[in-house]
Amino acid sequence: MSLPLVVLTPFIGAILVVWVSRQGRLHAAWMAGGITLLTLAGLLPLADAPFAGQTVIQRVSWIPAVGLDLAFRLDGLGLLFALLILGIGLLVVLYARYYLAEQDSMGRFYAGLLLFMGAMLGIALSENIIQLLIFWELTSLSSFLLISYWQHREDARNGARMALTVTGAGGLALLGGFLLLGHIAGSYDLSAILAAGDRIRAHPLYAPMLALVLLGAFTKSAQFPFHFWLPNAMAAPTPVSAYLHSATMVKAGVFLLARLFPALAGTPEWSWLVGGVGLITLLWGAFVALFQHDLKGLLAYSTISHLGLITLLFGIGTPLAAVAGVFHLINHATFKASLFMAAGIIDHETGSRDMRRINGLWQFMPYTGTLAIVASAAMAGVPLLNGFLSKEMFFAETVGIAAPSRLGWLLPAAVTLAGVFAVAYSLRFIHDVFFNGEPIGLTKTPHEPPRWMKVPVEILVALCLLVGIAPALTVEPILAVAVAGVLQGPPPDHDLAIWHGFSPALGMSVIALVGGGLTYLGRKPLFAFYERHEHRLAAKPLYDRLLDALFALAGALTRWLDGGSLQRLLFVTILAALLLGLAGFVGAPAPLTGARPRLPVDGVSLLAALTLIAAAIGAVLLHRQRLVALMLAGAVGLVTALIFIRFSAPDLALTQLAVEVVTVVLLLLALYFLPQRTPAESTPPQQASHILLAVAAGGGAAALAWAVLTRPYETIAGYFLAHSVPGGGGANVVNVILVDFRGYDTLGEITVLALAGLGIYALLDRLYLPGPKQDAEGRAWDPDLHPALLATLARLLLPLALLAAIFLFLRGHNLPGGGFIAGLVTAAALIVQYLANGVAWTHARLPWNLHALVGLGLLAATLTGLASLAFGYPLLTSTFGHWRWPVVGEIELASAMAFDLGVYLVVVGATLLILIHLGLIHHASPPADTVPSPDPLTVSGGHPAPPKRQEQEEAR
Amino acid sequence: MEALMALIIGLLTGCGVYLVLRARTFPVVLGLTFLSYAVNLFLFAMGRLTIGQPPVIAAQAAGYADPVPQALVLTAIVIGFAMTAFVIVLALKARAELGNDHVDGKQEP
Repeated sequence: MSLPLVVLTPFIGAILVVWVSRQGRLHAAWMAGGITLLTLAGLLPLADAPFAGQTVIQRVSWIPAVGLDLAFRLDGLGLLFALLILGIGLLVVLYARYYLAEQDSMGRFYAGLLLFMGAMLGIALSENIIQLLIFWELTSLSSFLLISYWQHREDARNGARMALTVTGAGGLALLGGFLLLGHIAGSYDLSAILAAGDRIRAHPLYAPMLALVLLGAFTKSAQFPFHFWLPNAMAAPTPVSAYLHSATMVKAGVFLLARLFPALAGTPEWSWLVGGVGLITLLWGAFVALFQHDLKGLLAYSTISHLGLITLLFGIGTPLAAVAGVFHLINHATFKASLFMAAGIIDHETGSRDMRRINGLWQFMPYTGTLAIVASAAMAGVPLLNGFLSKEMFFAETVGIAAPSRLGWLLPAAVTLAGVFAVAYSLRFIHDVFFNGEPIGLTKTPHEPPRWMKVPVEILVALCLLVGIAPALTVEPILAVAVAGVLQGPPPDHDLAIWHGFSPALGMSVIALVGGGLTYLGRKPLFAFYERHEHRLAAKPLYDRLLDALFALAGALTRWLDGGSLQRLLFVTILAALLLGLAGFVGAPAPLTGARPRLPVDGVSLLAALTLIAAAIGAVLLHRQRLVALMLAGAVGLVTALIFIRFSAPDLALTQLAVEVVTVVLLLLALYFLPQRTPAESTPPQQASHILLAVAAGGGAAALAWAVLTRPYETIAGYFLAHSVPGGGGANVVNVILVDFRGYDTLGEITVLALAGLGIYALLDRLYLPGPKQDAEGRAWDPDLHPALLATLARLLLPLALLAAIFLFLRGHNLPGGGFIAGLVTAAALIVQYLANGVAWTHARLPWNLHALVGLGLLAATLTGLASLAFGYPLLTSTFGHWRWPVVGEIELASAMAFDLGVYLVVVGATLLILIHLGLIHHASPPADTVPSPDPLTVSGGHPAPPKRQEQEEAR
Repeated sequence: MEALMALIIGLLTGCGVYLVLRARTFPVVLGLTFLSYAVNLFLFAMGRLTIGQPPVIAAQAAGYADPVPQALVLTAIVIGFAMTAFVIVLALKARAELGNDHVDGKQEP
């Protein structure tokens, strides 16, 4: 299997799992196990290369034009991580099958688990760091789904949200760091980045880049002060904790440290940041773990502490420290996963995780107890177990680095203290749970779990023992390969032996074991001390306060910008747009006026322009009289059409003309239901600021237009002009662009039009708006709703108008016209019928289903586009030919015409849908039969009339 | 001619901005229509001004106006109509639901 396929398999598996889980509960578990095995089987044949010292890099070309490939990489480190993910994943799949209760959805659980597995594999096997980041974020998302698996529990939801917030924020920082890193290295490929270590470390942007990358790694690996999300994520089902929160996801952060080790490590910044944070986390986690009463809480803090240990090792930065770091990463994954599983069994069998209640379980489950005790001993660092070996290497490294300086004893002392606490909390785990009296208030009698539930724990504990007793025979080969992957070079000489003679490290181990035992014996005053100060140490309240402050800030900002007032919001938005637009010109010495020769002004154009200017200014000055303003706006639209025709755009002129007619009718229909006048509400200062902003915006637009219009330019028009006839079979280039060259855009646009029509239909559904009995001046409406003259004329004109529409449609490919224009003309002609003859009369004669018409149009356009696929051409390729018709003569038909027909149908359908349904509410809403009032709603709706007083005064 | 065009675009923008800043829905819709005119003309002007040379291929044509902005503006006009229609119906709906036509849906004090 290729690497991309290896990563893809779990993702496909996630879908399959959901699908088979409908057939039966256990199918999901079998499928998840099968998928994991398949992925493992796909990966193993590739493992030869790293063992032979090679790095496998495989690419799938994605967007080669901008250099974006999906790039995957398999070296020793990636291999080790992938094996951990898949190996422990397999055990977790088996374990969870027995852990989940009858009412839990297996499909959802295993789908989330596989999703997570795929994302983790993506992190382990990515060559491109941006791609790595995408998988990184996917692990955050899938872990959110897994932590909140029991959605009905509030702690699960809160824990999931907190984990997502913290790791998601870290992911954002990491994105910034990766962008900087890619910028510094000149490539987003790991191979290039790992080879450019010296250049990266010497770069002035090294420090900010490092800080951002470390933020990502520290949040993910629950390092101080971001550690608090991990204990809160313990609300997850225990298999999730065993998998995500011990073996894999939280290791992603230290994986990243290991991955970028050759590129970033070796500077004082790295040593102090990584080492310092690691040391604090190590100590803090070990200390707090001792006082947790929740079984999983203890394990969570212990995990934090061990992650701090690994981080500290990478911070130390020597090759041997890297060996110890990778070794401890493996060991921690095995003993901690088995401990979580044991904790899950205990929780499962007793119904509680409170160590003050679950005592003396040895008598009920000696077998599980043995396994858990061996695993905790490994956690404590007892000899003959794997934890001892890596911890001793760790102790040796701290002594090695500390030796030269005068305060050098501090570091070994601190880590020994952490070792003391580690032994103490491991002892507490063993003593409190399995001994220490009798269980208190359990609801059920515990007993050993099902046989197969213990198998994953047995395997992991066996590994702890095997590695601890014979490290050279078991873990050495993969460790060496992984370290070679970390260092991108040969691993240093190291000796995985149980006995190294009497060394300082051995002394520290002994002190930790003895001191841990003594600390546990004397724990009572310590507990009392911790309980007194616990509230001061908790990070969660701080996080909550921070989050509250963030929300308050966002709220305040929104209120400041918006304030619940559209006017204010628009003002700020337009002002911001203006200022940003202006900012681009500051400091740019280019003159406003360009070198393009200008056209002379002629009298007709000037007259038209003056008309437009007068109409526009009039519309603004008289905008309180809405009908007048609407008429003036219509005039502006008509002159706009003239402008189009003047400057060689006949298609635009026709479209503008038709749209203008339809728009004015539409606004007239709507105006009937609205107050006829606008009251004066703005205060003079507001008014002044609005005028200022309007003048500034207008001035800016005019200056910009002037600057562009007077400059010569390069255009891509040549291509369209040259290919319109030979390629698209039409002489009207604008139409050919619409239906052929850029047919895809047009398809999108008619879809928008159709959606707008349907949206309006939905808005108007069951809308009840009584119209006024009188107009604004208090005059009654004309009783003759459908004057005979208008009705007769309209009926006479209909065939002519339709004929004109057909004419415009047919010639559209070669002369001004086309589907858009023909559709608008048809719609206008039909709307006139509704206006002149009434809705009922017209509806009886045109019983069309307009929704179907719109749908049909979209279907026609889409099918025409798809038809080209059937002939092996790209979507929306058009063809054309010439046919001889009897009588008519030669006629040209292009497939684009069918597409244009679709456009036509959508335009007709959507326009009519909008206008007719607006007209229908006239029909359904008879004029209010109340006292004469310019505002019927305030009266008929029972609202007090005073609001309108102002308006009435103004009307006088 | 260019100056006239720039003036018109500027004027329509200014009118549009002033009207969308009003407190009632109908003037705001009118303002949006004005802004649509301005934007359409502005986009159209990106192809510069040409007289008497429509982009329709003909043997005796001396030259052609740029068809690309024209195609863009043609669909923009139609979409602009759809937008105006949607906004005005929204205004009607707001009036029916809230009993007034203030843009913030509140009764004047």
